[in-house]
Amino acid sequence: MSKSDLEKRTVMSPDGEPIEINPLQDYFCDARPKVHEPVLPIFEKFLNWARSESLWVLGFGTGCGAIEMRPLMTPRFDAYRFGIQWRPTPRQSSVFIISGYLSVKTLKRVIRSYEQMQNPKFVIALGSCTINGGMYWDSYNTIKRLDHYLPVDVYIAGCMPRPEAILAGFEKLKELIRQGKGEGANLYAQNFDWYKANQKKIIKDWDMPDYNW
Amino acid sequence: MIMNTPLDNIKTVFPNADVWTQRQELYHMSIPKEQLVALVTHLKEVEGYLHLVQLTAVDWIEKNQFQLTYILNNPIKKIDVMVKTFIPRDNPTMETIHHLWEQAATYQRELREMFGINFPGSPRVDKPFILEGWDDIPPYRRDFDTKKYAEETYFPRPGRETHDPKEFMKKKLYPDEI
Repeated sequence: MSKSDLEKRTVMSPDGEPIEINPLQDYFCDARPKVHEPVLPIFEKFLNWARSESLWVLGFGTGCGAIEMRPLMTPRFDAYRFGIQWRPTPRQSSVFIISGYLSVKTLKRVIRSYEQMQNPKFVIALGSCTINGGMYWDSYNTIKRLDHYLPVDVYIAGCMPRPEAILAGFEKLKELIRQGKGEGANLYAQNFDWYKANQKKIIKDWDMPDYNW
Repeated sequence: MIMNTPLDNIKTVFPNADVWTQRQELYHMSIPKEQLVALVTHLKEVEGYLHLVQLTAVDWIEKNQFQLTYILNNPIKKIDVMVKTFIPRDNPTMETIHHLWEQAATYQRELREMFGINFPGSPRVDKPFILEGWDDIPPYRRDFDTKKYAEETYFPRPGRETHDPKEFMKKKLYPDEI
């Protein structure tokens, strides 16, 4: 790869149309998130049932609780029998498990990953660290309340919760989704400015777009 | 059984070094800041202390000093040696040792961030390591109030309080007898 490959230039598309490309620019949509209005209630009920039976989890272990995911997905506890599976990319997942403490550096990556997930999306927070800081209650680098930065659907208490507790939390999440209460993404869109203000208060070198997907 | 201790050679080469023994396989050395890199080089190249176990710092705020501790290991003789030096707390600067051990650059980067000790010439020493965009005083310094900073910054959840168990149960079980 030479330096000229990185320069802004016009190339011809296969259809013969000239296209301007800039290889150093990130291409993403930074429009503000929108609230998705529900469709007809009966359809929404069916969609919610379908969503609740197919929870795809983003495989992003943010803290110590990531170690509880391994027994959960392997044959002993086998979450796959409940329609829960792990995916390697935010584009394919609908559930984000915040597994334990979040440092500010990780929170930055978590926000970017969360915003890249498709609607509807749900957040499960594990452990006491996400509720009030837990054992890191006086730490200089660990957040205390996750719900100030992301909309949380289900909290699972414990330090760390066992895989059985996480399965129970998933059952609770399914219940909430079927009742039409899994509205985290819409909540995020409605209170977007409040969430962004909180995030920017602690992420001092904000060098990413406000919203990206 | 160790017949030839590392003490004998060191005192002849570095008369300024202060050496004492904690155990048969653990020695301490203290040396002025200017001669530290020479001593560490001598230990690595001549005495066979090939392994840098750790490089860490202690904040002696009462003496207005930082203590730097280099823990070295001799993998053949199975001996550890802790080389200590003191640097002033105001505008702390130390010579880098990344030319001896490459991994020292990571320790030095961390010390730069957590204690504010500068190591000029160390690779990537100015890049943020864990704290991105930190604008307060370095958090491992003892005059940094961690609890106050956390409470001001991270939205503490109300209701977190502690009770003395004896007083609390007394009040709960015998509310009249106070």
